[in-house]
Formats: sequence, C-alpha cells, structure tokens
Amino acid sequence: MTTVALASYVAVASTRFRTLLQYRVAALAGIATQIFWGLLKLMVLGAFYEVATTPPPMSFEAIVVYVWLGQCLFVLLPYNIDPDLREMFRSGSVAYEMLRPLSLYWHWFSRTLAFRTAPALLRLIPGLAFALIILRLIGLDQWVMPLPASGIHALAFAVSIGFMVVFSVAFQMLVNASMFWLMDSRGMVNLSAGFVMVLCGMIIPLPLFPDWLQPFLYWQPFRALCDIPFRIYSGDIPVDALISHLALQCGWSLAFIGIGITLLNRAQRQLVVQGG
Amino acid sequence: MHQIQVRGLTKSFRIAERQPGMMGALKSLFHREYRNVEALRGIDFDIGEGEMVGYIGPNGAGKSTTIKILAGILVPTEGTCVVNGFVPWQQRIEHVSKIGVVFGQRTQLWWDLPVVESFELLQRIYRIPDSIYQESSDQLIELLSLRELMNMPVRQLSLGQRVKCDIAAALLHRPSILFLDEPTIGLDAITKEAVRNFVKQVNKARKLTVLLTTHDLGDIEALCDRVIVINNGQCLSDGSIDELRGRFGDEKRIVIEFEDAPKLDGSHRDLVVEHDGSRVVFHANQDIPRFIADVTSRYSIKDITIENPPIETVVAELYQDAS
Repeated sequence: MTTVALASYVAVASTRFRTLLQYRVAALAGIATQIFWGLLKLMVLGAFYEVATTPPPMSFEAIVVYVWLGQCLFVLLPYNIDPDLREMFRSGSVAYEMLRPLSLYWHWFSRTLAFRTAPALLRLIPGLAFALIILRLIGLDQWVMPLPASGIHALAFAVSIGFMVVFSVAFQMLVNASMFWLMDSRGMVNLSAGFVMVLCGMIIPLPLFPDWLQPFLYWQPFRALCDIPFRIYSGDIPVDALISHLALQCGWSLAFIGIGITLLNRAQRQLVVQGG
Repeated sequence: MHQIQVRGLTKSFRIAERQPGMMGALKSLFHREYRNVEALRGIDFDIGEGEMVGYIGPNGAGKSTTIKILAGILVPTEGTCVVNGFVPWQQRIEHVSKIGVVFGQRTQLWWDLPVVESFELLQRIYRIPDSIYQESSDQLIELLSLRELMNMPVRQLSLGQRVKCDIAAALLHRPSILFLDEPTIGLDAITKEAVRNFVKQVNKARKLTVLLTTHDLGDIEALCDRVIVINNGQCLSDGSIDELRGRFGDEKRIVIEFEDAPKLDGSHRDLVVEHDGSRVVFHANQDIPRFIADVTSRYSIKDITIENPPIETVVAELYQDAS
C-alpha cells in the first residue's frame, strides 16, 4: 500500500508540527487549567485515601503520578478534532487531499500525529516544572510527583508513551474517517471523547473502580492511553508484567490502525464532493 | 493510444431528500427518501498529448464530476477511463503524481504557511529531486511573477495572486496533464490574461496536455483548439471552435455605420437584424463582397465590420436546444 517513501509523511508531520508550535499562549492557558484540575483531583482523592478503612488498590504516590501525568499529557488524548480537517470536509477541499501521491490514511495519520504532539510538548514543560519542582518549593511535598520507579520502568514508560500516542492517533483516525459519512464531526467527537475519558482512567484512575469491573477495564482498548503508561511510571505495574502490558498497547494500536485503514478505504470509494 | 481515453463514463449520486417544513423534517427522522441524480450518462472522448481542450456546459452539466473522476477523486458508477495508462481510481497514487489539478474555487496551498513553504512541502510530498524543483519553481515564479508573494502567508493573498500560486503549485512536479476547473473565475481582466498566456506558454514549451472547464468563453477562444460541450451528463458536441460556430451559430453578421440614418430599400431591408439610428446590422448569408459593393455604391458609409456570431450566443443556443 505505502509505495511512497517515509520522507513525504515526515514532511507533512513536521510542517504541521512547526505551525502548531506557534500557539504558546493557548498552551500556557491550557496548562494552567490542567494544573488547577490536578490539584482539585489530588484533594478529593487524598480525602478518600485518608478515610479509607481497607488498603486502597494503589499507593497514594502512584495516584499522584497518575494525576500529574494525566494533567500534563491531557492533550495527547483524542478529545477534539483538527479544525483544519473539519474545515476541509465542510469546504470540499478534501478533494485536494486525494490528489496527493500519498496514502490518505498515513497522510492524515502524520497530520494528526503533529496535531496531537505539538500542543502536548508545549504544555509538558510548564506542567512538569510545576509537578516536579514548584510544588516542592512551596512546600506541598505530599503532592510532588515522584521520579520513575526504576530505570527499567523509565525505559518502559518511554516506549509506552510512544504507544499511547500511536493509539491515540489511530483512534482519532476513526473519528476523522467518520466525517466522510457524517459531514459534521462534533457529535462524534463529543460522544467518543466521553467514553475515552472514562475508560482511559483520566476521570478516575482505573484501579479505583469496583472489583467486578476490573476484568472488563483490563481488556478494553482505552487502557492503552493513560492507565498503562502512568502505572508503568509509578511502578504499580511490576517489572515482570511490563512486556505483556506493552504488548497489549501495541496490539490495540495495530488493531485500530487496521480498522482505520479499512474504514478510510471504504470512505474513499463512496466519496461525494458536491458543487464547484 | 491516446493520453486520456474516456468510454461510457457514468456517475450517479444518491441524494437524501427532505420535504420542506417541520413535518418534512420530522418525517425524515424515520423515513429517508433518496433520489438518484445522474451526473454523467455515458461520456466518451479521447485527448491526445499536448492538446488543449475546453470542456464546457451549463451549471450542473457534469463538468466537475468528469474532472474529479479523471483526477482519481471519484469512482464512476459505470464506464472506464485510462489516463497516462492508469485507471485513476484504481491506481490513484501512481496516477496523481503525473497530473496537476487546479480548482479555481479552492486552494491547495496551506492556509497559514508562506507560499514558499507550501511549495517546499509539495516538493517533499511529490519527492521532486532538488535540481528539478529549483528549476521548475524558478521558472514558474518568473513566468507568473510570483517573486514578491513567496514569503506571504496564503491567507493574505488576493484571489488573483492565490490562483496564480495555485497554478504554479500544480505544475511543480512537472505533470504531463493539467486539469483546470474554472481557473479564471472571479479574476480581473489583467490577471485572466496573465493566466491564459501562462497556460499557453507551458502547453507549447512542455507539450502539456490541458483540460479546462470554464464559463468564460474568452478562456476557450484564447486557449483551446477543441471544445467539448456537455449538458445533462451527455456530450453535445466535440470539435474545433469554428466547427461549433458552423454547426450552431448560423451565420456571420455585417455591421455598417452610415453617415446618416439610411432609408433602405426592400431587398436590403429584409436582411436587417438590428436598426439603431445610423448603425445597422445585417444578416450575411448572402454573397458578402457583392452585398458590400452594392451598399457602398448607394449610401455614404463611415465604417463596415464583419462579425462572427459571439461564441456566447452560439453556446447559449446550444444549451437551450439540449434542455
């Protein structure tokens, strides 16, 4: 399928990435909101932990990691859609996208990858500075994010974040493809974002859900987004389970890429570009 | 073997329809009605290398649909076409790297990038070798005088500037065929002229094949040796402009400016098409030299012109006959 060299896709991604790095003020405003929510979550969860009668399923340090990584990397989640892409569907310029000697799937995958990672990079620096340093300076030591549990966990975490990004983009591609049928993406985005936020652990860390839900939560795909990488960082996933968790993330990513490619191929066959 | 071969091309769209008003809106929630729209009903033509062909027809005739199928964007319902040896919708990626397309009403440049960055991105998307890219882009910048525009973001360009950049962008990778879909729409006379001259030049210099849709028949007269007329998804005529005139626009007209408002006698009066003071327009389906000799000997005359029927009239008649 991909007969074109990787360089074309890299060019698409890096151009989009550079364009998006311009939005620094938006990033600062965004991370301020994230930090506020992070503090709120820690207060609520901390209160629960204090009155817990049975030992909680995850240490409070792991919770702190889960919350801060979640807040810093929030924009990596597929919670919105590239406005350029939406505009393309509305205006019909999507026709031009089909004129490029690129696979439409990987072309948009590259764009979406840039759209997800550029804002995340901008937010990551002030976010981590707050969670690692500023909190310590102002004496809120119990909320300071600890460092990775071990060297091997740090390494696995790096790989796991990579899969998180790939999975997020692969899922986003399904939403993108849905625009071929729906014209307007807002309903689809809102609906899917709701599910994703709960199932990835962004709202409440997954280990804190009731025991009877755990088997379901363990096997559903959206764990690949927050739950797995964050628990690897904190060491909540032990060394001997690292490989299987990374494999799980990898498997889900490949599955969603496969679905996306199939969907987009079908979409292209029945495309209607009206007018002009 | 022709560069573009189109045989029996048919495309129908299924369009959801809704009755007007609140009742209609509610009804469509439960039961959707569809209507088949036949955009193309069996189009055939061949285009050879280096030809410049005008593709005209009234709004909704199926022009853009044809271009979109030839460009590999749409899949036809029936029929075949082969372009450069490829079936566009089956070998899309190979096919599109050998064609250039400009939709006058849409831009292919990146809205918030300077033109030069859009060009460089296209270079990498089409994997144009550096030396060829340098040469093509220098040439295009020169011919279309884009030098001062190169560092401006696309969103700041005027329509004319934008269209010129779009045309350059479509030619960077040296395609063998250029599809122009209403390239001069909304342009002022000078820019139109510049675009036409440019297209003519590249056609000559590179044997570039051009298929052009337009509502501006000036484009056709300036550029095309051949015109295909379609309406309701069918070919009405295919031939040179003169053939088109001969077939549908019946005759030439003679416009004579007299010194004073003339008193014409019977045989001359019968030929009058328009009479406006001292300016009179005559039919010219007779022996033109004799008619002129006759008139000049009898009246005092300021000026004589012989006109082809305006191509607009010809085409309007053609559209009307068909519908």
